[in-house]
Amino acid sequence: MGNNMNSLVQQVRELEDMVINCSRCGMCQSVCPLFEQTGREADVSRGKLSLLTGLMEKVFTDPDGVDERLNRCLLCGSCASNCPSGVNVLEIFIRARAILVDYKGLPAAKKVIFRSLLSKPGTFDALLSVANKFQGLFAKADKNHQGTSCARFISPLLDDRHFKLLAPVPLHNQLSTLAEKSAHLPTTAPRVLFYTGCLVDKIFPSIGHAVVKALTHHGARVVIPKGQGCCGIPALASGDRDTFDTLVDHHLELMRTQKFDVMITACATCTSTIKKLWPALSPQEGSKAAALKDLAAKTMDINQYLVDHLAPELKDAQSEAGGERVTYHDPCHLKKSLGVASQPRALVKAAGKDLVEMAGSDKCCGMGGSFNLYHYDLSSAIGGLKQESIHATGCTTLSAGCPACMMQISDMLAKAGSSIKVKHPVELYADRLG
Amino acid sequence: MIPSSVAQSLEDIVGKENLLMEKEDRLTYSYDAAVLDPQMPAAAVMPGSSEELGQVVRLCAEHKIPITVRGSGTNLSGGTIPEAKGLVLLTNRLNKIIEINEKDMYAVVQPGVITSKLAAAVEAKGLFYPPDPGSQAVSTIGGNVAENAGGLRGLKYGVTKDYVMGVSFYDATGKHVKGGSRTVKCATGYNLAGLMVGSEGTLGIIDEITLRLIPAPQSRRSMVAIYDTVDQATETVAAIIAAKILPATLEIMDNFTIRAVESYSNIGLNTDAAAMLLIEVDGHPAVVEDEGKQVEAICREQGACEIQIAETDAERDAIWAARRSALSALAKLKPTLVLEDATVPRSQIPNMVRALGRIADKYKLDIGTFGHAGDGNLHPTILTDRRNEAEWHKVEEAIEEIFDAALELGGTLSGEHGTGLAKAPFLEKEAGWSSILFCRELRKAMDPDQILNPGKITGVGNGQ
Repeated sequence: MGNNMNSLVQQVRELEDMVINCSRCGMCQSVCPLFEQTGREADVSRGKLSLLTGLMEKVFTDPDGVDERLNRCLLCGSCASNCPSGVNVLEIFIRARAILVDYKGLPAAKKVIFRSLLSKPGTFDALLSVANKFQGLFAKADKNHQGTSCARFISPLLDDRHFKLLAPVPLHNQLSTLAEKSAHLPTTAPRVLFYTGCLVDKIFPSIGHAVVKALTHHGARVVIPKGQGCCGIPALASGDRDTFDTLVDHHLELMRTQKFDVMITACATCTSTIKKLWPALSPQEGSKAAALKDLAAKTMDINQYLVDHLAPELKDAQSEAGGERVTYHDPCHLKKSLGVASQPRALVKAAGKDLVEMAGSDKCCGMGGSFNLYHYDLSSAIGGLKQESIHATGCTTLSAGCPACMMQISDMLAKAGSSIKVKHPVELYADRLG
Repeated sequence: MIPSSVAQSLEDIVGKENLLMEKEDRLTYSYDAAVLDPQMPAAAVMPGSSEELGQVVRLCAEHKIPITVRGSGTNLSGGTIPEAKGLVLLTNRLNKIIEINEKDMYAVVQPGVITSKLAAAVEAKGLFYPPDPGSQAVSTIGGNVAENAGGLRGLKYGVTKDYVMGVSFYDATGKHVKGGSRTVKCATGYNLAGLMVGSEGTLGIIDEITLRLIPAPQSRRSMVAIYDTVDQATETVAAIIAAKILPATLEIMDNFTIRAVESYSNIGLNTDAAAMLLIEVDGHPAVVEDEGKQVEAICREQGACEIQIAETDAERDAIWAARRSALSALAKLKPTLVLEDATVPRSQIPNMVRALGRIADKYKLDIGTFGHAGDGNLHPTILTDRRNEAEWHKVEEAIEEIFDAALELGGTLSGEHGTGLAKAPFLEKEAGWSSILFCRELRKAMDPDQILNPGKITGVGNGQ
């Protein structure tokens, strides 16, 4: 066993105090969407945690097999929220992935994407604006109800996906127009910083417009600073702590110059990353730790902010009989990570819809960020179950409080030839406001 | 290791994707939920049909390869920890509910069916499958039968063995054997179904199970009674049973457990209470009304300082959520949790609770006690950190003393977790040497090459 492997073992042992809490009870098997598909112990948290223990105990001469299995995970957190022993599964897996990337190095493609693009928000935006002009070359619109496209020619990367194209004009190019909308409000109004996140900015700017409309309607002044970038979760999930740290520092610096009472996002994954992972995976003491703790406390999901704080009367909204039938999907990073489940439903009802529950509304949609890229077959099998539950409700619109879930569910519905539309709860609510 | 020709044959039987031989995968089948040392198997296989299962058993018999059957690996006595040169046989692809017969009230299932899924499917037809082990959301029926699993409803409804009408299985040579039937009565041949219940995969490998179902109770009432002393609570249990009332559930939580549950879930439990009883009566509405009142009166007579009766479904759910969270709440306190299940005749519950208190004091250990007081099955739960060797040694001594206390009161080492590896060394204390010898000879006759889950129940031995 080489020195490198020994130092890897030492690093993994730093996770021991967290890993030891797993009592091997196996309850994670009841909720893991991946295990439901494969039935393999290595696909469920108990198995992965035992593999980390195996690394610590030098059972393996190289970490490749463990690394491969650790990456077969949606990071949906279903297991953690159901764990009798309260094992902090997500943090363990994310830290372990980073340790393994330290040992093995980041794959070349990820290195280019994360370190040269994602970590530099300006460059990333500029490149995508060029890509925007060319996307028609390889994708053709499907003219379907979800507004997705598919590959023009056989492509191993695109597979048979139905994907959302980059929006013609990203949100960050419309900031001055958006900022004007709440300019008329008194200076005493609550100041809400809108953290847009990549998907709302680049794929679903309509959600951003809806957010500004709803906030303004309820008397909040919206601040959208220029120069925002990615929250860092794609890099972190791939074990790239450097890019993650760069992005956290970038945003801390950006937010430091802003005056705001609350920071909201319309993306479940961004909110949960900022509130939980930014502080957990940064230094635990010093000024950065304090700033991150403060920012985490001020960060909130848009549904939660509207319903719990800005317009509490929305809590009592009732389903409208005869209204459009809508079902709601609970994004893992909203319900399981942040406990936000009633608020987006309240918005759907306040939008004049007839809210019907699907079976297993809080089951993962199978997206899991890069899991979808590397394990599209499994991701689709999990998403297919979601698609069936959605259809069984007889709804005409599916609502979800996370643009990543919206992409995955759009793909699944488009493939099934469905006419069900996909909307964020805030979009439905903002439409109602006229 | 398994010879490559045998590995090839296994692959031919189950398909490449259902044979796991890489070290990483094997490691994930080296343990179960018992606090014991892991043991990596040589391979794991996932047969997809009874035929494939039979072929795997015959192949193993031919090459004398030990087989350990595994459902969801939630075993608390190490019954699913394999042999180094052996095979782990996974039942999770054998997960079909073959039939739910409403007219004759039985169900036929494959061993890999998840307990709670069967219970839900049965309930949807207005019927009831009562055994509800704590792991029912993941545990398999095959595992429940092999361990004779219990649950919260043992007092009135019994345990898994009371619902097994028939099984079919492969013997150690791979021959298919059938026992029992789909009839309420069956008096032909040996009671092979009874023999297979609790056999922990040592006598045969089950491929199909016929289970008795009963009508679902029409009505139920839940209540909580709180006590200033543990004796008052345990005396209440004895008094309820003496009054000829059989509640569907009659559970106890001690002060240590109450405090853990409250600090974990903040549901407003009285943390000063020495003990609380959680009781549910069920059946015909008139009976429930009558028995509910009687139980309430008994609780008061025995000195309950507070009684809460669930008036709505939500209140009922809150009571049982508190009970169900007991293990989670305790598990969060320390890294290692040892869950014991020594069981005594129910009239001895007050004595057993006192003995547990004495043992906790003597070894200065954190022991939370909760469990099925109504059927004499307590769960003393020891909280520790296995890495602390000195304390772990005390834990082992305390466990043995718990066993001794239970046996002294006329009880058993295990009410529902099975013997496995964990309790095999102590079985002689309960059953005597000649009983172990009888079991070893029985095993030897049925499995001369010792391929069926060796080392479990009867320990390691050659028959003498």
